[in-house]
Amino acid sequence: MPTLTVNGQTRTIDDIDPTTPLLWVLRDRLGLVGTKYGCGIAQCGACTVHLNGAPVRSCSVPLAAVEGQQITTIEGLANQDGKLHPLQQAWIEHDVPQCGYCQAGQLMTAAALLKQKPKPSDADIDSAMAANLCRCGTYLRIRAAIHDAANKSAYAVAP
Amino acid sequence: MNSVKSNPVINTARAADDAALRALMQDILGETPRVSRRAFLKLAGFAGGGLVLAFYIDSHEQTNAATATQDFAPNAFLRISPDGSILIYSKGPEIGQGIKTAFPLIIAEELDAKWSDVHVEQAPINPAVYGRQGAGGSTSIPTNWDQLRQAGAVARAMLIGAAAKTWNVSADACRASASEVISSDGRKLSYGALATAAAAMPVPDAKAVKLKERKDYALLGKRYGGVDNTKVVTGQPLFGIDTVLPNMVFAVYQKCPAFGGKVKSANLDEVRQLPGVKDVFVIEGTGLATEVMPGVAIIADSTWSAFKAKQQLKVEWDESNASKDNWDTFVKQAAELSKGPGKETVGNVGDVEQIFASSAHKKIEARYSYPFIAHATLEPQNCTAWYRDGALEIWAPSQQADQALPLVARVAQVPQERITIHQTRVGGGFGRRLANDYVCEVATIAKRVNAPVKLMWTREDDMTHDLYRVGGFHAFKGAVDDKGKLTAWQDHFITFTADGQKAVAGGGLAADDFPGLLVPNFRLTQTLLTTGTPCGALRAPGSNALAFAIQSFVHELALAAKRDHVEFLLEMMGEPRWFTPGNIRSLNTGRAANVIRLAAEKSDWGKPLPKGRARGLAFHFSHAGHVAEVAEVSVDAKKKLTLHRVTVAADVGPIVNMSGAEAQAQGAVTDGFSMMFAQQIDLQNGRVQQQNFNQYALLRMPYAPQVEVHFIQSEDFTGKGCQGCVPLVVGL
Repeated sequence: MPTLTVNGQTRTIDDIDPTTPLLWVLRDRLGLVGTKYGCGIAQCGACTVHLNGAPVRSCSVPLAAVEGQQITTIEGLANQDGKLHPLQQAWIEHDVPQCGYCQAGQLMTAAALLKQKPKPSDADIDSAMAANLCRCGTYLRIRAAIHDAANKSAYAVAP
Repeated sequence: MNSVKSNPVINTARAADDAALRALMQDILGETPRVSRRAFLKLAGFAGGGLVLAFYIDSHEQTNAATATQDFAPNAFLRISPDGSILIYSKGPEIGQGIKTAFPLIIAEELDAKWSDVHVEQAPINPAVYGRQGAGGSTSIPTNWDQLRQAGAVARAMLIGAAAKTWNVSADACRASASEVISSDGRKLSYGALATAAAAMPVPDAKAVKLKERKDYALLGKRYGGVDNTKVVTGQPLFGIDTVLPNMVFAVYQKCPAFGGKVKSANLDEVRQLPGVKDVFVIEGTGLATEVMPGVAIIADSTWSAFKAKQQLKVEWDESNASKDNWDTFVKQAAELSKGPGKETVGNVGDVEQIFASSAHKKIEARYSYPFIAHATLEPQNCTAWYRDGALEIWAPSQQADQALPLVARVAQVPQERITIHQTRVGGGFGRRLANDYVCEVATIAKRVNAPVKLMWTREDDMTHDLYRVGGFHAFKGAVDDKGKLTAWQDHFITFTADGQKAVAGGGLAADDFPGLLVPNFRLTQTLLTTGTPCGALRAPGSNALAFAIQSFVHELALAAKRDHVEFLLEMMGEPRWFTPGNIRSLNTGRAANVIRLAAEKSDWGKPLPKGRARGLAFHFSHAGHVAEVAEVSVDAKKKLTLHRVTVAADVGPIVNMSGAEAQAQGAVTDGFSMMFAQQIDLQNGRVQQQNFNQYALLRMPYAPQVEVHFIQSEDFTGKGCQGCVPLVVGL
């Protein structure tokens, strides 16, 4: 039976078609509906999760390809004690969401970016975030929130 | 009948569909709200004590709630608990426009509540209690403004009354501030402490309570984060697609790729055998795109099983009554037609022919066109329903869930009083979800499934079965005199019809739309092409395309006149006045001039730019809002256009939430840029050719321009959702 580690917990999924994309495993089988369906062809980024720490479009990753690996979803982005990730805090402070549907994917892509580049430039942000569509056009606030979170995170580490 | 014989068979279903949509848009955009705002407030008890206010609409004057009776069905609008917490229900759908934050802010302002004491929940769908619960046409704030303020003010009056009674002073000697009542000698009682006593006070007439003056506002106009932001950023279930019910099954629905096709036969037995498939059946439907088109439903044990089975589904369609639309054919027809005048005269002022015949005037001509486009809400259409014991319960990401009640009752044949609709958060509206087709579909499916069922459209379903922003063509001719003054304007507008008589929803242009009434010699003629493609409202219906064509031609005329564009536009506006005196939803030339001047000033209009850059300006009046925008652009050697900076100046009346208002303007500019430069729905043999985002572009972050937003806050509310996307015209 396929096993995954999702947000630190081992999950076993029985009786499932192994071609099922990770997105639908998360949503329909594990009840983690924060990860969204937008296009099914890795064009919109709404389904972005972390696979062993790297951002992937879960709509296009079959379950069989990720068995036994580490998955982090939007539900697992905050600390286990409930403290929000600096990006989540910045998203709230900048009032980023409009309809909010794309934001889980935006946050997961941005979180992976900050892990790679703790102080990203505008160009770094553009390049990473080009994978994620926002139909409402919240891009300006997303960019500002990423910079803000990057500055605050650095502050927290070295005051 | 003015239609061209391109698609000579008028599809009666399409015509009926379009009439329904046009009526809906007229209702939303009309000057007279159909629901009376005579509001009544009454007390209702609730466990735990405290003050509960229920809000009522006079059922006599209510036209769209079939269940309304003389009995007032109570429903809480706000609730103050003895612990001081204040619960406010937001009556309308949150589609990204921010009303789940803005509506409660308006109530809290009049209540004199501390915003941190307030928490917000979505109100149940019950138009008999709340009145209209839809969102469209940028009218949510203006049409609900009085009702919401009264709800807060009545509660405040009762809290003050309770405090005055406790202190044995007159109510006039007390005031409210930040969730407290304060006496003139400085005594204070919190709303929590007063809640139970306030519940025993008589309810004042909502119309008689004194509303606050703008200068006394403590909350409105400042910046507030969306009330659901924490849930959004932590991935909590909020949206229609997030609905999960016990033993739920999953449905997909295949319709004919050419609009209006019917199911002739399908490999149902084969599909029924596929893994995870529980059932598959044909639905005849009502034949309307706003209700249920014919198709095949597949019920499965997961979304993925349903999607996979759909790929194996083979349907033979009867396309005898289906759309045969071809965009290329429309383009050719329009090119021919635009050589002559339109078949129908919409408006005629002065004598354009005389001006065009005179050698004293400089004439120019130009043609503009724009394609059909799709809404592409990021949350594809979906809906969940559960039919049991003769009752139907629905979880709907709709912009008009209240309208779905009578609609579903008719389409699914369930008595309206047995239907409950829960409003979910909506992953983008933009007008797409004014239609309730996905609600009607799932209701029809649910009646044949012995379990809760979630209907999920694929992105491909969504893009190929929209109610599209209609395309259009303009053949302009204009003239300026030797002083550079605009003397004549002629537009042959080629638009589309479903019924052969009227332009489709979102496809009309009226004689008094800009620049009608502003030009001494003006002629607007129209020719209708018949389309079988469903059309509907898209963010600022009509305006989103018209502004591009009309404002671009204004710019061409300014160039021909060798005039500065700003000065030319201001001269067109003339003296400050309302176009229709007394109608605050008509164009006000003074407000127009103010936003044009402000946009020019803030964008450094007229000042030198780096080489290769240029500025373009546009004004538009839409949905009672006045907006001007200046875009700073450059074009490289490969003709690739870059939008660097956009300055928006808008007068949409007082701002409730500055953060939300700015976000709407920023988003609308981005939307406008996507629409103008990237998007096109191509029609071939009645079929939409674009299937997904790899063929239909939305603006991505690297191309998002800087947007600065400046508001002028005139007295009257006009709404904010739509206008910003409109006047993004680049004057190159």
